Amino acid sequence: MSKTILTGKEYSTVKEIAGPLLFVERTTGISYGEVVKIRTPTGEERTGQVLEVDEKRAIVQVFEGTSGLDVTKTVTRFTGDTLKFPVSLDIIGRIFDGSGKPIDGGPEIIPEDERDIHGAPINPYSRAHPSEFIQTGISAIDGMNTLVRGQKLPLFSGSGLPHNLIAAQIARQAKVLGKEEEFAVVFAAMGITSDEARFFREDFEKRGAMDRVVMFINLADDPAIERLITPRLALTAAEFLAFDYDLHILVILTDMTNYAEALREISAAREEVPGRRGYPGYMYTDLATIYERAGRIHGRKGSVTQIPILTMPHDDITHPIPDLTGYITEGQIYVERALHMKGIYPPINVLPSLSRLMNEGIGKGKTREEHRYVADQLYYAYAEGRSLRELVAVIGEEALTERDRLYLEFADRYEREFINQGPYEDRDIEKTLDIGWNLLAMFPETELKRIDPVYIKKYHPKYKEKKES
Amino acid sequence: MEAKGRIVRVSGPAVTADNMTGSQMYELVRVGEEKLVGEIIKIEGNKAIIQVYEETAGLKPGEPVERTGRPLSVELGPGIIGQTYDGIQRPLPKTQELIGPFFKRGFAIPSLDRDKKWDFTPSVKVGDRVVGGDILGTVPETPLVTHRILVPPDVHGTIKDIVKEGKYTIMDEIATVETEAGDVKLKMVQTWPVRRGRPYKVKLPPDTPLLTGQRIFDTFFPMVKGGQGAIPGGFGTGKTVMLHQLAQWADANVVIYVGCGERGNEMAEVLERFPKLKDPRSGYPLMDRTILVANTSNMPIAAREASIYTGITMGEYFRDMGYDVALMADSTSRWAEALREISGRLEEMPGEEGYPAYLASRLSEFYERAGRVLTLGSTERIGSVSVVGAVSPPGADFSEPVTQNTLRIIKVFWGLDKTLAEKRHFPAINWLTSYSLYSESLEEWYRRNVNPEFLELRGKALWLLQREEELQEIVRLVGPDALSESQRVILEAARMIREDFLMQSAYHPVDTYCSIEKCYSMLRVIIRFYEEMGKAVERGVPIKSILSLPVLEDIARMKLAPLDEAVKVCKEIESKISEQFNSLYTTLRR
Ligand SMILES: Nc1ncnc2c1ncn2[C@@H]1O[C@H](COP(=O)(O)OP(=O)(O)OP(=O)(O)O)[C@@H](O)[C@H]1O
Ligand SMILES: [Mg+2]
Repeated sequence: MSKTILTGKEYSTVKEIAGPLLFVERTTGISYGEVVKIRTPTGEERTGQVLEVDEKRAIVQVFEGTSGLDVTKTVTRFTGDTLKFPVSLDIIGRIFDGSGKPIDGGPEIIPEDERDIHGAPINPYSRAHPSEFIQTGISAIDGMNTLVRGQKLPLFSGSGLPHNLIAAQIARQAKVLGKEEEFAVVFAAMGITSDEARFFREDFEKRGAMDRVVMFINLADDPAIERLITPRLALTAAEFLAFDYDLHILVILTDMTNYAEALREISAAREEVPGRRGYPGYMYTDLATIYERAGRIHGRKGSVTQIPILTMPHDDITHPIPDLTGYITEGQIYVERALHMKGIYPPINVLPSLSRLMNEGIGKGKTREEHRYVADQLYYAYAEGRSLRELVAVIGEEALTERDRLYLEFADRYEREFINQGPYEDRDIEKTLDIGWNLLAMFPETELKRIDPVYIKKYHPKYKEKKES
Repeated sequence: MEAKGRIVRVSGPAVTADNMTGSQMYELVRVGEEKLVGEIIKIEGNKAIIQVYEETAGLKPGEPVERTGRPLSVELGPGIIGQTYDGIQRPLPKTQELIGPFFKRGFAIPSLDRDKKWDFTPSVKVGDRVVGGDILGTVPETPLVTHRILVPPDVHGTIKDIVKEGKYTIMDEIATVETEAGDVKLKMVQTWPVRRGRPYKVKLPPDTPLLTGQRIFDTFFPMVKGGQGAIPGGFGTGKTVMLHQLAQWADANVVIYVGCGERGNEMAEVLERFPKLKDPRSGYPLMDRTILVANTSNMPIAAREASIYTGITMGEYFRDMGYDVALMADSTSRWAEALREISGRLEEMPGEEGYPAYLASRLSEFYERAGRVLTLGSTERIGSVSVVGAVSPPGADFSEPVTQNTLRIIKVFWGLDKTLAEKRHFPAINWLTSYSLYSESLEEWYRRNVNPEFLELRGKALWLLQREEELQEIVRLVGPDALSESQRVILEAARMIREDFLMQSAYHPVDTYCSIEKCYSMLRVIIRFYEEMGKAVERGVPIKSILSLPVLEDIARMKLAPLDEAVKVCKEIESKISEQFNSLYTTLRR
């Protein structure tokens, strides 16, 4: 029944198969969370993990799915070990599948160490608060929702929207001003199409960046449950490179919606009491074990910055996937369909977007001293303009005051001149703020209530031109 | 305890063990070969169900479970202020020293430093009668907190021995009390089980506001010392920022900040900022009165469940010294989710949205530990614990169980509003739906300590905000043309209240804190302007010319006036208002 071979205990006592789960009977000495190797009746090997164990039985989730498994011929081998990823500096430039096997035809990785893919929580006391401005060259981000090194800032998008283009642009252009170090990119794909994966790969290759990229690819037709480990492999790689080798790592995780679907599948198979819309009640905590693996650590040089991408089902921001993500990440960049339809790229609506670490990363010596005030004034003006747009839709433009008309016009120009830019246009922060000022110059000075008069005198085009001439 | 249990099942943080006959609810146990910390949360015959405070991967059925015979407790004594703890009171700085920046499991570190010597000054002498709660002596723990060493609640008798003034560690015996049951030796440290509220003589009605330096709170929806409040809101609406503001500026003696299932970086932020920020009243670093409990979202969830009890027990301890304590919990929803997850693992009958049926009673038990009390002890001493909990409703939908059950208990509701947050109106507190049930009982205080006129101004401001909402509805339907001039006056005044008074930036060095005097002066300016505006419109002055008065710019910037000048600045603005309206009339007559 059970025999201990070189590594682990073998059982062929599968009692029941339900969805991605195997129920293995008459087990002893199995530990919670250990890795299980499963041999299918046709001799193929799959990997699983113990989800629950008691004295007589273990419940195993199979990452590659259970199709083709049966209760008589399937053999399970409990390895006694947790899921590990062999790390090495040589993983840079390599491409792996969703469970960490090289798929680029390159040599085997000779590991420097084996790391548990679940990582270990960072002691909050050991964290250094992120504060270094990352210039992405995208005005909607740099000017309004600034990203800093060590932040986790997701793109909230919808199907068919250009989130990949934006993510690739960030990966291409991201830099910390005054620092030489470039970012290395760890890219994890969960259930995206092969076209999308190819887009990223070609984008990296085109600019000769592949030697600074590590890719983990689980495609749409790859096993769904494997998606539960893909982002963890990527983050294990990222943490290793950041905290053992002092690199600055940008992690792109796409699409977290597919990850959450896999989580729901497991939960349904275990017949757990579902939380909202069928997603498990522990989804917040589970997502946190991914997103919290970003940051900086006192005394270590490297950093992990995360840009997860998720597509909101029905563009609904209250759906549990974006909702719970927003509760964990340090803000979000909101990609909006309406702006996309208008032909604006990047179609980022700055109002529901947010960067909670912006204040740490901007201001004197980082971006520019008046950055906060300009951003606040632009927010105020754009919010006014957008709510007036709604009003106009009901009552027509005639009823508006002169002031109102100005705000309406501002909103249009703001979208066309400030937000809109090319996917290969790399605007520096000076340029971004200057565009902002040019737009604000539409208003009489008395409207610029959010800006300290000192800065108006210093940066308002009216005074600037005078000074320069 | 000799008897050893044996693990029979492991499911996430929930572990079942048998051979546990004789164990007690909430008894602390050591689970597995690695001796992970756990607590018994359910007993079924000879089986006990244990929630384990550390990662359980690797545990096997058959491994031993050791009982300790005592409940999960905290250590109370000097050294606690300025500390950062995890959910079960393990000190995080020491943890880092021991195991580096990434957590490992199965380590044990005492909560309080055993070796540090403290200056102890006795306040009793041999022969004195003492009862629980009496002060044995004092230790100047930080410039802001004098630690009063208390006789534990269950000890009373005669002082047989007391050490002289000098330096002692918390493990040194400092006093012997002769009691009916024999001599009791006391140290500066005592322990208390976290799930049991510390005793007091009697609860007192609250009568003093807990001033927060936030205009919308202190003026419109005040908190009291010993009160209970909640701040619900969707993600990114400002719960954490407001709780940080409270932790910084609330006029409490001791602040306890419980980061319960939230972000690691937010704790790092507090740790970086608080030692640099000065208490506005005393000038000392804020860390000198603060205790942090940090059990972030990726740390074990059972310890998250325990963290709020760890926090409030420390709070009660300082209350018992006669201090005003303010405790913030961010977020109680994450605590409730921990409860739900563990309940799910136990396969208990789920209630609403999967939460256990006891969610409501657990929540009210927690909030009930807030209050203003007459403490134990032979002299009269009053202390308080105020509690404010953040609530994170899924989809910002306040009808969900955690928000609803919380609303039934708390007296101050600060509701955050997604629309306001998107417009960057901060703090994004909705002024129409928020409330404080303490408002009335504080009226006398405001009249006496701020100004007799204060309540009237507040009433007018609230009325304007309510009228604005009704008028906005008309505008939305038929456009602004439909409004009369006097209605537009209301809209303009309400806009001033919103933008020039309610908006308050947590990040502006001056604006972040506003004294109640400054609140009053600012409000007076705005109401003054509103009344002048009304009169002027009646006399035929077009609104347009009022809105181009230069004083409006002064009003927009009065919030940035430094505290010590603010009252004067506001007075000057008031006289400018008179002057400028008068000159309007002169132009009009011409
Ligand atoms: N009083 C304030 N002054 C200035 N900015 C504020 C204020 N309150 C909130 N903000 C802004 O809103 C952002 C989000 O606030 P915060 O992190 O407190 O949200 P939250 O409600 O705690 O969200 P979550 O539930 O996701 O933790 C802040 O990073 C800040 O930019
Ligand atoms: Mg928060």
